[in-house]
Amino acid sequence: MRAQRFQDALFHQTTRFFAFSVLAILAAILGSLLYGAWPAIKEFGFGFPFSAEWNPVTDKFGGLISVYGTLSTSLIALVVAIPVSFGIAVFLTELCPPALRSPLGVAVELLAAVPSIIYGMWGLFVFAPLFADYVQPALSLTLGNIPFVGTLFQGPKNGIGILSAGLILAVMVIPFIASVMRDVFEVVPGILKESAYGLGATTWEVVWNVVLPYTRVGVIGGVMLGLGRALGETMAVTFVIGNAHRISPSLYEAGNSIASTLANEFAEASSDLHVASLIELGLILFFVTFVVLALSKLLLMRLGRMEGEKT
Amino acid sequence: MIDSSVLYRKRMRTNRIALVLSMLAMAVGMGFLAWILIVLLYKGVGALSLSLFTQPTPAPGSEGGLSNAIIGSAMMVGAATFIATPIGILAGVYLSEYGRKGWLAPATRFINDILLSAPSIVIGVFIYTVYVAQVQHFSGWAGSLALTLIAIPVVVRTTENMLNLVPASLREAAAALGAPRWKVVLHVVLRAAKAGVLTGILLALARVSGETAPLLFTALNNQFTSLDLNGPMANLPVVIFQFAMSPYENWNSLAWGGAVIITFGVLCLNIVVRTLFRKKI
Repeated sequence: MRAQRFQDALFHQTTRFFAFSVLAILAAILGSLLYGAWPAIKEFGFGFPFSAEWNPVTDKFGGLISVYGTLSTSLIALVVAIPVSFGIAVFLTELCPPALRSPLGVAVELLAAVPSIIYGMWGLFVFAPLFADYVQPALSLTLGNIPFVGTLFQGPKNGIGILSAGLILAVMVIPFIASVMRDVFEVVPGILKESAYGLGATTWEVVWNVVLPYTRVGVIGGVMLGLGRALGETMAVTFVIGNAHRISPSLYEAGNSIASTLANEFAEASSDLHVASLIELGLILFFVTFVVLALSKLLLMRLGRMEGEKT
Repeated sequence: MIDSSVLYRKRMRTNRIALVLSMLAMAVGMGFLAWILIVLLYKGVGALSLSLFTQPTPAPGSEGGLSNAIIGSAMMVGAATFIATPIGILAGVYLSEYGRKGWLAPATRFINDILLSAPSIVIGVFIYTVYVAQVQHFSGWAGSLALTLIAIPVVVRTTENMLNLVPASLREAAAALGAPRWKVVLHVVLRAAKAGVLTGILLALARVSGETAPLLFTALNNQFTSLDLNGPMANLPVVIFQFAMSPYENWNSLAWGGAVIITFGVLCLNIVVRTLFRKKI
């Protein structure tokens, strides 16, 4: 009996230890990044994320260009991905014949399973040339003529740059946002939707006035998850963003994101300060995605709790 | 009456437009998937041959294959899965079996879901600072460790989900027969959820097989066949990256060949897992 109690306690503590190790991983990541970035933090202070200088020769580093690249590509990705994901989720929950629901759902998830390097190759060798020949000139002729906004769509039409990177990111985050949206749409109680249909509402009115308000929190959570994914995406962006360390007013120009800067320079960093600056960029990226993903998780948990109270 | 019929028609029109746009969105999504797969087949199948699997990566302009990269990837992914599996399963067991009370389980669940989507390149930076920079050389082990950290959250999440599906009555029946808790978990709960837990491991395997970013500055690359996890190691994703970006035609074609191998391997794993366990994930 005593042996059994000992074994039980041992097993309990072992599993507890490994659960704790997950927390320890997070703490270790934060701690080591902070430690590795310390020389750069000390040298450049709080101005680091806002300085556009990045010069390995003079050992002056600032993160603004990479931060701008990360934010602008992710923003473009969200603007494109949100409506498409919403459409896919509506299709899968309201329109799709039940027999096709599961295979099409799996197919959408496969889009998320394709390794990001494949998106990169496809983006650089297939998407970019077509984009440069057909889409960029058309955008320049239409959107490019709008005052102020127009400059965004003028520039070298070679298919790589901030805009292309953002669009490829959009394709990559669509499956994440769409499957969260589909999952939260499915928790809407049938009785709510049936009541609306019973009053004569059309499918669209049910989606827009019943389903969406009910799941708003979860939908925002899904979008945040997509944002978190987009911010940290590395390989696909590295292929198509052009890897030029500058900020320009045009979205057609090449740029750099935090992740692509790390991918390109880390293994060949010249000085200790260079390495520390790169690690600080990594720290910024990790911190921002952590906050975004935590928000996403909290929102989705709130929807889950709402669901729990109702049933 | 006229007013209401105008309104009716307007509502119908809005509805139709919205539903057509929704179908269009679905078509766009599927179109991209099809586009990528067709491009891969078109560009990559020509590069597939027996020598791709038997010969090591060549110098620019000469014949060769990807054997050293395939071996390196298999070893690192294998080691990562091997290390991540017990850690992930035990942590998952804690969350599902002991996680009813206390602060640790909710905190772990929360952090685990965040690590699941954390940028993989940062994991690479982490392993670089704590391991590569300390021992002063790139190595296969560093690559495996980075992949392990990416695989663990996947295993933890699926294990917990799968164990939660095991009916409580099974646990109670075993406990009523006098089995201690650990025997209940190991011999009853885990056995009942065996297939599901395996799913998690396969998903983790699929996830890490295509990861490139964390290997760039941990495992680096190696032009020669190496079985030594303690030195720089060739691996498929990084070789694909370098060969695709190179100006040499034979390297580009090898990159497409490698891309086909990785993508269809990963997709097949995903399809098998998701169709077999559709309901449960």
